Amino acid sequence: MTLIVRRIASSVVLLFAVSVLSFTVLELAPGDFFAEMQADARIGSQTVDGLRAQYGLTQSPIVRYWQWVRSFVRGDLGFSLAHRAPVSSVIWARAANTLLLTIPAMVVTWCLALPLGIWIARHRNRWIDRVSSGVTSTLVAMPDLLVALLLLLLALRTGLFPTGGMWSPGAEELGYWARLLDLGRHAFLPLLALIATTLPSVVRHVRASVIEAAEAPAVQAARGYGIARSRITSRYVLPLAANPLVSLAGLSIATLLSTSLLIEVVMSWPGLGPLLVEALLAKDVHVVLSASMLASALLVFGNLAADLTLYAVDPRIRV
Amino acid sequence: MKRVGLIASVLAGLHLLVLLAGFAAPYDPVEQTRTLPFAPPSRLHFVDKDGAFHLRPFVYALTTDPDNFDAYIEDTTLPFPVQLMVAGSTYSVLPGVESRLHLFGVETPARISLLGTDGFGRDVFSRLLHGGRISIGAGLLATLCALLVGLGFGTLAGFFGGRVDSAVMRLADLFMAVPWLYLLFAVRAALPLHLDTRATFLLLVAVLGIVGWARPARLIRGIVLSARERTYVTAARGFGAEAPYLLRRHILPQTLGVVLTQAGLLVPQYILAEVTLSFLGLGVGEPTPSWGAMLGTLQQYSVLTSYWWMFTPAVALVAVAIAYYALTSMVHERMRLVAS
Repeated sequence: MTLIVRRIASSVVLLFAVSVLSFTVLELAPGDFFAEMQADARIGSQTVDGLRAQYGLTQSPIVRYWQWVRSFVRGDLGFSLAHRAPVSSVIWARAANTLLLTIPAMVVTWCLALPLGIWIARHRNRWIDRVSSGVTSTLVAMPDLLVALLLLLLALRTGLFPTGGMWSPGAEELGYWARLLDLGRHAFLPLLALIATTLPSVVRHVRASVIEAAEAPAVQAARGYGIARSRITSRYVLPLAANPLVSLAGLSIATLLSTSLLIEVVMSWPGLGPLLVEALLAKDVHVVLSASMLASALLVFGNLAADLTLYAVDPRIRV
Repeated sequence: MKRVGLIASVLAGLHLLVLLAGFAAPYDPVEQTRTLPFAPPSRLHFVDKDGAFHLRPFVYALTTDPDNFDAYIEDTTLPFPVQLMVAGSTYSVLPGVESRLHLFGVETPARISLLGTDGFGRDVFSRLLHGGRISIGAGLLATLCALLVGLGFGTLAGFFGGRVDSAVMRLADLFMAVPWLYLLFAVRAALPLHLDTRATFLLLVAVLGIVGWARPARLIRGIVLSARERTYVTAARGFGAEAPYLLRRHILPQTLGVVLTQAGLLVPQYILAEVTLSFLGLGVGEPTPSWGAMLGTLQQYSVLTSYWWMFTPAVALVAVAIAYYALTSMVHERMRLVAS
């Protein structure tokens, strides 16, 4: 119990440190949201300075950080200068869209990777293993960007799947099921890209862990007793392999989030990615801060969940 | 063993080609030919219109198809043989040393573009080579940066242990708690968007280095930590060896394997990171070519579907990445054999 509390506390401290780090980094940036305005000759520098004062940009960094923290804790997550609204009003919908991609992608990836990895491990050093290792290492070397672009090209050429956005025009008037189908058709391509980019490395890891677990003395002894292969796999090998795999699942959230960011931008999926890039180009500081905070929070709590699962699954940790 | 040599020489050749981009490329990468946007790759001919065979390949000048403004037709009246070692646009070999010599080229008005041209009529092959300079250069320098910082912090943490160790490792945790692309973006946001090429390039290198030091630092710390406890290190310490000597003679050599494999993994990752940033318009900007900026034009659906040669930077990227990964896994294998 104390272990869990300690882990949660350290996660919160870590997130706080992430916010300080991000804020400091953004604070070092020359220029601000209103700097672009000064390029327009019709807007006098007094107007711009007035706007700066009005939105509190003239105050000291510490005061502004404190303001952001207060706003974050209150649930507004800061104030977006570009949207003239609390960040929460734009970010939650976008974060939900990102999760709409990443959660199914993660589930599908693991549902495919586990049986595939076990199957490949069973055929170790045979042609299946060699072919799959060739395929996965090529796919690992493929940049996510290229995978996304190629899938996009395929979709544009065949016209099978819509490209860009979440809904077809006029989707609001459709019935519930038709809307769901429309969403699914739009989500298919980014999902496929996400799965294609994350699956190969996960399969490789599953294969490696299963092979390592299969060589453990306990498993070899079980084999010596003549216990059936399927039972050995489910009762002896998998629990042994669970430890690295659960940690990997926690870590894979990080890659998934980064990849998703890129794929969202390329496939114009209205998730956190496009929002972040827009905010970055406009120097909309609070949006950048809160978006990276959300992403880090997802990552940190993903790792936390992985640790807690390990605690539940692996008796070696509890002693 | 032979394969290591093969892959290493392929990689060295690629890097040399990119390094000598000015010489190997027929044109200046920013030189525009507005009359030839998105021209397809030049076709090398050996047989002229009378059916006579020529050993030296030649190209024809392109003109716009009068019936279809998007297409080009070859003007077969005059062949332009491909010549080696020709004088062309000026480029600088080293700062201060300029040359006009190019490996190959054709006489004007014909143009030889092995990989076609982009929307401004710039030669994609020349841009690919010059862009590789930026992309690969950024990858190499950023790796150097990350490894130096990682080596410094990792050694510090592992060798001195205690409070130094936990402070450094908490800092590393902090950097690993943010998904790398978000971190990259946040750090990139801190830097001015519009800068001249050289400054942007150096900034990119610094940003990538800052983002990536944590993982190597962690691995190096682990090795230093275990090396510190080896009996021969304890013995040397007993003979009165000081920390600098111990580090240099006994401990740092142990980290060589990890540093090499990490370098091999980081270089392609950093090249990719540069490509990603430039693709999104956050890296090196127009008109300077970089692989990411070149791929950025594919964000327009019309370019994506119509002009396959605009994908060539991605092909180059994959080739370089695969070569690096292959070399790294072989080096890793060897290091393990040596260690055991």
